[in-house]
Amino acid sequence: MIQLLDIQKSYVIGDRELLVLRGVSFTIESGELVAIMGPSGSGKSTILNLLGCLDAPTSGSYFLDGREVSRLSSKELAYIRAQKIGFVFQQFNLLPKLSALSNVKLGLEYAGVVDSKSALQSLTTVGLADRANHRPSELSGGEQQRVAIARALAKRPPLILADEPTGNLDSKSGEEIINILAALHAEQKITLVMITHDSNIAAHCQRIIHLKDGMVEKDEKLY
Amino acid sequence: MKNYINLLRPFRNAWGGVTSHKLRSLLTILGIVIGVSAVITLMSIGKGAEADILSRIQTLGADLMMITPGSQMGFGGVRGAAGSATTLTMEDAAAIAERTDLVYAVSSIFSKNMQLIAGSENMNAQVTGTTPSYMETYNLNTSGGTFFSDYDLQRGTSVAVLGSTVAETLFGRNDPLGQNLRLGTIIVRVIGVLGSKGSVSGSPDNMVLIPLTTMQQVVAQQRTARGEQIISSISLKVKDQNLAESTVTQITDLLRTRHRLLASSANDFTITSMQEVANTVSETMATTTLLLGSIAAISLLVGGIGVMNIMLVSVLERTREIGIRKALGARDTDIWVQFLIEAGLLSLAGGLIGIILGWGASLLLSWLGTMHTLVSVDIVILAVSVSIAIGLFFGFYPAWQASRLNPIEALRYE
Repeated sequence: MIQLLDIQKSYVIGDRELLVLRGVSFTIESGELVAIMGPSGSGKSTILNLLGCLDAPTSGSYFLDGREVSRLSSKELAYIRAQKIGFVFQQFNLLPKLSALSNVKLGLEYAGVVDSKSALQSLTTVGLADRANHRPSELSGGEQQRVAIARALAKRPPLILADEPTGNLDSKSGEEIINILAALHAEQKITLVMITHDSNIAAHCQRIIHLKDGMVEKDEKLY
Repeated sequence: MKNYINLLRPFRNAWGGVTSHKLRSLLTILGIVIGVSAVITLMSIGKGAEADILSRIQTLGADLMMITPGSQMGFGGVRGAAGSATTLTMEDAAAIAERTDLVYAVSSIFSKNMQLIAGSENMNAQVTGTTPSYMETYNLNTSGGTFFSDYDLQRGTSVAVLGSTVAETLFGRNDPLGQNLRLGTIIVRVIGVLGSKGSVSGSPDNMVLIPLTTMQQVVAQQRTARGEQIISSISLKVKDQNLAESTVTQITDLLRTRHRLLASSANDFTITSMQEVANTVSETMATTTLLLGSIAAISLLVGGIGVMNIMLVSVLERTREIGIRKALGARDTDIWVQFLIEAGLLSLAGGLIGIILGWGASLLLSWLGTMHTLVSVDIVILAVSVSIAIGLFFGFYPAWQASRLNPIEALRYE
């Protein structure tokens, strides 16, 4: 599903070049549930942005479903994001003016999916069908994140990327979210890659990739 | 995948953007509203004035043609003093009248400003001695009594027909018919009053009409060296308006021959057709209308800049939304189109409200009688398309900026 080959990424800040990723290589098979861990500044978010086709690497190759995507135009990247990738963010990133249902539909819109029933269906999957017409401000943090998961899920992407999905939640809601994600992975065979600081959360995953200073420090298979 | 829902999608997104800040959207479009309504109101005032003047000219008849003595002054030309231009004669009029293939209702006119006295009232007005055909020449009718007849013309009877303003000034609410009126040395009896023609220069409202022969009793008529009787002007109607130009040419030739002018010398008379006057008025008014419209259009421009300003603020404020949309798979063009449509919708709404206000203001002005206005559909269409174009033009840059945002940075934007 995902194959990274010697990925390097550097940012130019002022007149200094900052090397964030110094040659990262790993492979994630279809249907895996992977956690990426590491101290801040280790390049976790940069990796996730690259995996999510929001950014392109400075050098190295990224094969997604066997297709080299690291040199694609922004238009082609947008198409891949729309079709293949669902994002779940730490900040939830729902549009505050839209209802929960409309937020989920937004995820379908750019994928060109017309069937709006799947929006309500995926809200049902995360147990929020009865809150469909509430705005994000009327929902708790855990509920907002569930709406965000429903949004990522609605277009049935093969890959879901989560950037500290429980980072803004209390431990009870966090546990709820990780259970939903784990259940989705188990039932729908979705490939799930998430960044986390929390080793309890990471313990739900099959595999943990430890990053440090822009390199893979340890690739740990749990079961 | 391209179906109607996908085509409507950017409109729905843009509509959401417009309606999420109602007061702001309203204030933004205010500039466009004022601009469009100003354009429509001012243009309709201009058009109304033009139509007004033209309709007054039309009541005299576009086929009316007037021949006056004296040449048309060209650049640097010198026109002779008023008294020196005494070249038209009754014999000229008779000669023209013989050309029945070209003209009809040829009237000789011999007029002079005189003091009128009726009872205790008096006023100064133009007394016109003419022929009974004058009624037809100027499309006149009487609101009371009758016009003088050929018999009156032959006998030089002391009768007069009053213009409506003259009748009102001299007799007020009393019936002027049958009353006596002193014109210089003679006393005439009022036998008719003309219907009002409205105030256009040379309107018969301010005249007293008497038979030409009667006029000759009041004012001594001069004669030319060849003994022809000099008159003030000749008015006539053109038989076929499509042949107006060739009619002018033929009458010109006729008069030049009669006046024995050398090929090198200029005409000693001027032929003015009402059609020409109408055209000139139309052109002048069109220019005035355009000027009014352009002044109003400046406020449209200012309104457009207002739209651009708000769109820039909106893009900045919704940076995070743009990031989210991009992460969900929106292409740069999706974002661009969304913001462009938003700007277009704003100014279209402004344009539509502006039309309603401008149209309303025009109708109100007409209704109050302040001035005559005329809203033409082409101005309305023009104002709407210009307002949409302004929205798209001034929305272009903000929308382009929005589409260029880096999704990662946009998502991090607080």
